[in-house]
Amino acid sequence: MAREIGDVILKMEGISLSFGGVKALTNISFDVREHEIRSIIGPNGAGKSSMLNVINGVYHPQEGQVTFRGEVRRDMEPHKAAKQGIARTFQNIALFKGMSVIDNIMTGRNLKMKCNVFHHALHWGKARAEEIEHRKKVEEVIDFLEIQNIRKTPVGRLPYGLQKRVELGRALAAEPSMMLLDEPMAGMNVEEKQDMCRFILDVNDQFGTTIVLIEHDMGVVMDISDRVVVLDYGKKIGDGEPDEVKNNPDVIAAYLGTSH
Amino acid sequence: MSDPRGQAELNTFPRLLMQHAQQRPTRPAMREKEYGIWQTYSWAEVAQNVRAIACGLAELGFKRGDRLGIIGDNRPRLYWSVAACQCLGGIPVMMYQDAVAEEMAYVLQDAEIKFAVVEDQEQVDKMLEIREQCPLLEHVIYDDSRGMRHYADTFLLGLDELQSMGTAHDKSQPDFLDGEISKGGPDDVSVMLYTSGTTGKPKGVCQTHDAFIQSAKGGCQFDKLTENEDILSYLPMAWVGDHLFSYAQAMVSGFTINCPESGETVMTDLREIGPTYYFAPPRVFENLLTTVLIRMEDASWLKRKIFAFAMDVAKRCGGEILDGKPVSSSDRFQYWLSNLLILGPLKNVLGFSRIRVAYTAGAAIGPDLFRFYRSIGINLKQLYGQTETCAYVCLQPDGQIKLDSVGKPAPGVEVKLAENGEILVKGPMLLKAYYKRPDATAESINEDGYFLTGDAGFFDEDGHLKIIDRAKDVGKLNSGSIFAPNYIENKLKFFQHVKEAVAFGNERDYVTAFINIDLEAVGNYVERRGLAYSGYTDLAAQPMVLQLIKECVEEINAQLAADPMMADSQIKRFLILHKELDADDGELTRTRKVRRKFVSERYAVLIDALYSGKSEQHIETDVKYEDGRQGKVSADLKIEEAKTFAPQAAKTAA
Repeated sequence: MAREIGDVILKMEGISLSFGGVKALTNISFDVREHEIRSIIGPNGAGKSSMLNVINGVYHPQEGQVTFRGEVRRDMEPHKAAKQGIARTFQNIALFKGMSVIDNIMTGRNLKMKCNVFHHALHWGKARAEEIEHRKKVEEVIDFLEIQNIRKTPVGRLPYGLQKRVELGRALAAEPSMMLLDEPMAGMNVEEKQDMCRFILDVNDQFGTTIVLIEHDMGVVMDISDRVVVLDYGKKIGDGEPDEVKNNPDVIAAYLGTSH
Repeated sequence: MSDPRGQAELNTFPRLLMQHAQQRPTRPAMREKEYGIWQTYSWAEVAQNVRAIACGLAELGFKRGDRLGIIGDNRPRLYWSVAACQCLGGIPVMMYQDAVAEEMAYVLQDAEIKFAVVEDQEQVDKMLEIREQCPLLEHVIYDDSRGMRHYADTFLLGLDELQSMGTAHDKSQPDFLDGEISKGGPDDVSVMLYTSGTTGKPKGVCQTHDAFIQSAKGGCQFDKLTENEDILSYLPMAWVGDHLFSYAQAMVSGFTINCPESGETVMTDLREIGPTYYFAPPRVFENLLTTVLIRMEDASWLKRKIFAFAMDVAKRCGGEILDGKPVSSSDRFQYWLSNLLILGPLKNVLGFSRIRVAYTAGAAIGPDLFRFYRSIGINLKQLYGQTETCAYVCLQPDGQIKLDSVGKPAPGVEVKLAENGEILVKGPMLLKAYYKRPDATAESINEDGYFLTGDAGFFDEDGHLKIIDRAKDVGKLNSGSIFAPNYIENKLKFFQHVKEAVAFGNERDYVTAFINIDLEAVGNYVERRGLAYSGYTDLAAQPMVLQLIKECVEEINAQLAADPMMADSQIKRFLILHKELDADDGELTRTRKVRRKFVSERYAVLIDALYSGKSEQHIETDVKYEDGRQGKVSADLKIEEAKTFAPQAAKTAA
């Protein structure tokens, strides 16, 4: 592969997060390097989604610090994360069901719109030129994800696999430097999974986007990830390249159970 | 040859193209939807691009007579590559884009292809896969550069780079290409199209400039096509029909070709373009109608009523109005009203509002289907032809449409029947030869210069040609009358409940048939009547289903009885097969045609039972599942007798 993995751009240090008495994450540290595909795996309830939420600032950890592109802070704010080029998708699709595919992807351009609301409402002056430019970008995403045939279909009418693809499209439309994907392949059949893998690899390859991914399908994770971090009961039990992680006895125990 | 530059006569495609670029430089020649917007290329731009591609190819070392492989969806630049190749005196060879690498290797080897222009990464990967088997292949040029960043092979070149090479070349030697174009003559081979190869290996059919230009001219004249037509080019470029409609006829008349965005968007694109001239195989028309009917079922009560009214009116007089026949003024008024309320909007939804001429061919079209489109005011017609005749033998003239004929011989075409009923044709559109197959050429063209189509048919009283079957499948019943299995099977297959049928009767006393029911349609039918079933085999054995199919068979018998030549072919006994005929089991070809011989050997017990008067037969069959496992299906099949009718009138076949 031509893309070169760069320096560490995101560093999580000693992150602990609890909801009342429930400890979701305990003292977790790991880093993400530029242009890599980094997976977070672990059994149900291990704290994977919480981890993503900490990265883009939906949850605020009680302890630890997040360093993103040299900026150190206790916690992120979602809108700052978005401004700094972090986009994400959700485990339970969070699209606007009644809106068309184009309009949904267009919402991903929201932060890039410069004109004020009056110009936009009247579709006048600069707003017009701006919309054309954004629409072009959206069309490029549509072309990239090969969803031309559904561009005007309301999202609610699409099958699940395609909705997932549209959600990826919306994240892509923001032209992020880092994407957080929460189970992008959950509930898909083999063929849909293959397509999604292809798109993730293409995004990573063509745009150099750094990808942080939560996924349950071990085959997929081991195939496409550069490095994997393993969580279990809110603790980190493994971290490294796929082969390393696969042979880690703690990871095997967490997934297969231990004999007592 | 008084004209030194050879441009006076427009007898090759490059000359036609250059003439359009001069005569109508700003008229749209092609449109393509890109990033959601239709982009237009004028004739002048097309000519410019074709020149660039041609010069680029010449720079790479493309010589006169070389073959250029072209693989991909209907993209403007692929059509331009066809023209560019012809400018250089080369022969374009289009291949089916969905063929697997192995099948492409065969054509690449057979046509000794050195240069190929392919659409995208997918096709490039296929070329790389078969590179070892095709040592002659020197250059592969790709249109879409997406995903091609990591391909460093010098064997590959982007079409963009080729075009800029060509543009520079054309600037420095502007006379070069004009010189090449003037070297071409009407008798040069303009294109090689491969036959589908249902019988043996595919053969390359060599067609000259003259053959395609004559066929295109004839067709344009016949349907009065002008430069104002719009056509949607969505059928494979490797298919003769697309080459005739989207390339030859556009080059002759100067009309506009529209390329859809992708295979899945064809329906949307069709609606946006609203073509005036349209071609589709019967299954496309059938799918469209099904979609409409399904959506109508979900409509409100009032809408359904209005729809039913409009359909009734259309059925009663729509076809006659279209044919310009006399119709009462009350019917005319009702039709006008239906058109306003239902038919017009319906045509608009389908993208058929502007259609002047629509054609269908390739398979038999069901009479109800055909009548439906004509009744709503779409001038749908049938044509008959094959790769070897530039898809141009018979056309249905406006106003003289017969449901079961393919029309009259096209202008300039001579059709005659051999003694066994085989259709023989002669005219300017005949192939020059099969590539490197003089034996096959000699076999298919007789000493009088007629091409043997291999189809059997006859002319009716008005001089319209009726196709009944492949000549080799036509047999005789013991009574001596003609037995055309395909003709009978097609009639059966027009029922939505029948998916496949196989008729027997050659050298027998009467006709019998195997029937495959359509799981979805029949399943739906029994479910609505409250019957549960567990699968195909179970459904096929239900008495209710047997009764349903029996009614279909008897309806066919009534129709056959009315036709003096076919009255003896009524189906006396039939059975419903316990499994679907399947290509994986070798019963069908990959294009879903029944392999008659194989089926009759495999199910010999059943055929014996049909002719022995038994009412039930046990059968056990091996089946292959999609994942490669083997299994067995067994059943006791009921054999049904169907009512037959006395031949109508005393008319006997002359």
